[in-house]
Amino acid sequence: MTDVALQNLTLRYPGSGIATVENLSLTIPTGSLTALLGPSGCGKTTTMKIIAGLLRPDAGDVCFDGQSILHTPPERRGAVMVFQNHLLFPQMTVAENVGFGLKMRGLPKAEIAQRVAEMLALVQLPDMGPRRPADLSGGQQQRVALARALIVQPRVLLLDEPLSNLDAHLRSEMRDLIRSLQQRLRITTLFVTHDQEEAVAMADHIALMLNGRLRMHGVPEAFYQHPADPPVARFFGGVNFVTGIVTDNRFASALPTLTLPANAPKGPGTLTIRPESIRLGPGENTLQAQVICRQFRGTQSRLHLAVADVTLFADLPPDQTATITPGSDLTIHLPPAALWVMPEHAQPHAAPSVQHHATPPR
Amino acid sequence: MTALRRLALGTLVLWLILPLIPLAIWSFAKGWRFPSLFPQEWTLRAWQTALSDRTGVLESLWVTGAIALIATILAILIGVPAGRALGQHRFRGKSAVQALILGPLIVPGLAAALGLHAVFLQLGLTNTFTGVVLVHLIPTLPYMIIIMTGIFANHDPSFEAQARSLGATPWQTFRYITMPAILPGIIVGGLFCFLVSWSQYILTLLIGGGRVQTLPLLLFSFATSGRNDLTGAIAIIYILPGILILILTARHITGTHPALASMMRR
Repeated sequence: MTDVALQNLTLRYPGSGIATVENLSLTIPTGSLTALLGPSGCGKTTTMKIIAGLLRPDAGDVCFDGQSILHTPPERRGAVMVFQNHLLFPQMTVAENVGFGLKMRGLPKAEIAQRVAEMLALVQLPDMGPRRPADLSGGQQQRVALARALIVQPRVLLLDEPLSNLDAHLRSEMRDLIRSLQQRLRITTLFVTHDQEEAVAMADHIALMLNGRLRMHGVPEAFYQHPADPPVARFFGGVNFVTGIVTDNRFASALPTLTLPANAPKGPGTLTIRPESIRLGPGENTLQAQVICRQFRGTQSRLHLAVADVTLFADLPPDQTATITPGSDLTIHLPPAALWVMPEHAQPHAAPSVQHHATPPR
Repeated sequence: MTALRRLALGTLVLWLILPLIPLAIWSFAKGWRFPSLFPQEWTLRAWQTALSDRTGVLESLWVTGAIALIATILAILIGVPAGRALGQHRFRGKSAVQALILGPLIVPGLAAALGLHAVFLQLGLTNTFTGVVLVHLIPTLPYMIIIMTGIFANHDPSFEAQARSLGATPWQTFRYITMPAILPGIIVGGLFCFLVSWSQYILTLLIGGGRVQTLPLLLFSFATSGRNDLTGAIAIIYILPGILILILTARHITGTHPALASMMRR
């Protein structure tokens, strides 16, 4: 049981002077699974390597349970990293791979053999011990890599895109396996991914990184309902953005004046609403829209709507939109509870955080 | 097709072995005059002489072997880190360094050795065993570095990071991860270096000044003195290590091995 605190981490790659990670502060609570989410090249893996001790930051600190581990070599940190391409040692059998960490700790052979057998059973590969890694399928290799990390009972488990090399059906199977093992063993886990769906489905908390900076940290729901700023909202599929000014819980913009939920921040800001939160028919914040086009998307249909000079996108169940034709007029309303205003010049860290957010963690 | 290939292989083997047959016959001949196809009489005298103390063959064998062994060990100690730097890191002037390393293979050894002779003279390294060992690094080191560069280019350093993360100390990481990965390259490279050093003539003569009597120097002096029987016996002794090494390592020295494949690419 270990909590991890990153404090103002900065790392520049030598020569370039460009910060790969800049002033990153993040807390990973004990026993939780936090997804470090962001597009490729945003510094996620670099952050993970700093925690593992494989890279040294130029500034900042890494603490496990309040103790700085910056000067502890990687082999004594107890933070085990599982790399994206699993990196099973080719010259060793599956059992030797899984037992590697215990062998390095000088455990007796009989105990290693017993714990390897237990661990292989746990990842559902009970008879694979004598095989070579090359004889295994991609999903099996990934499970061996996971077993090899878990067997040393790490304080912190670091998973670098563990699902990215797998087929779609293997991916959901592996996702469930990781989640169930993590919850059973209560290992503090940081999990790097570029796939927001994956992050939402697996993580207790999500930390979103864009361009080396932490943009938002919170429970998955917050990223949909209360994004910190427009780029964060866009990363999670936000499409409706209207700039305007907030005065006394009313929003003045190119749209007719809208009623906002209580305590919206005053001053200039950007209003957003999830496309699936827009409702048909009159109600609070009723608007007259013209249908530009309709896209069928399987479980939902997306309507492109023109309201005044603003384009809004609404996702509705296909049965509600079957009769809607392009060019027709449509009455919609925006429920105030679904409206969210992101003040201009928002501090990235001023977003609702894990500690302050009203939604209880799952 | 297979018949043609067999013929080609047979020709190649004959071409390599044929020149050695007269040498072998000479070493057992007691008088072999012009018109006869084979010697009139056979004897072991040349072998007895060659292996006695008088000719200095055994001492030369020892000196040649010691020089080749030390030069090989030095080449490994320098070549492994150099190969790692060239194979795994990008740095300013890397291509210049690579060109310089190939230098000794391009510049005739004699030219380099003449220049080095002046330097070694000042350092007091001429006519010494140490000087000969050092000068043997000129032709051997490029092979070692090129082979190790290829080996390290094919070795993902993430494996070492993974081992450290799983709890291996730097020494354990080297012992269990790095060493198994690079050992084939060290073996092939080491054998190359040993044989290249073993067959050096000009560099040994120039820097050793005749004081450091390696087997090729001794062989040459017997060959020029007209003792065909002794020359044959010493020549057989001289080529034995090469043949032994070839037999022992035929498995390693195939075109598919990464170390050798990387050499062929260059």
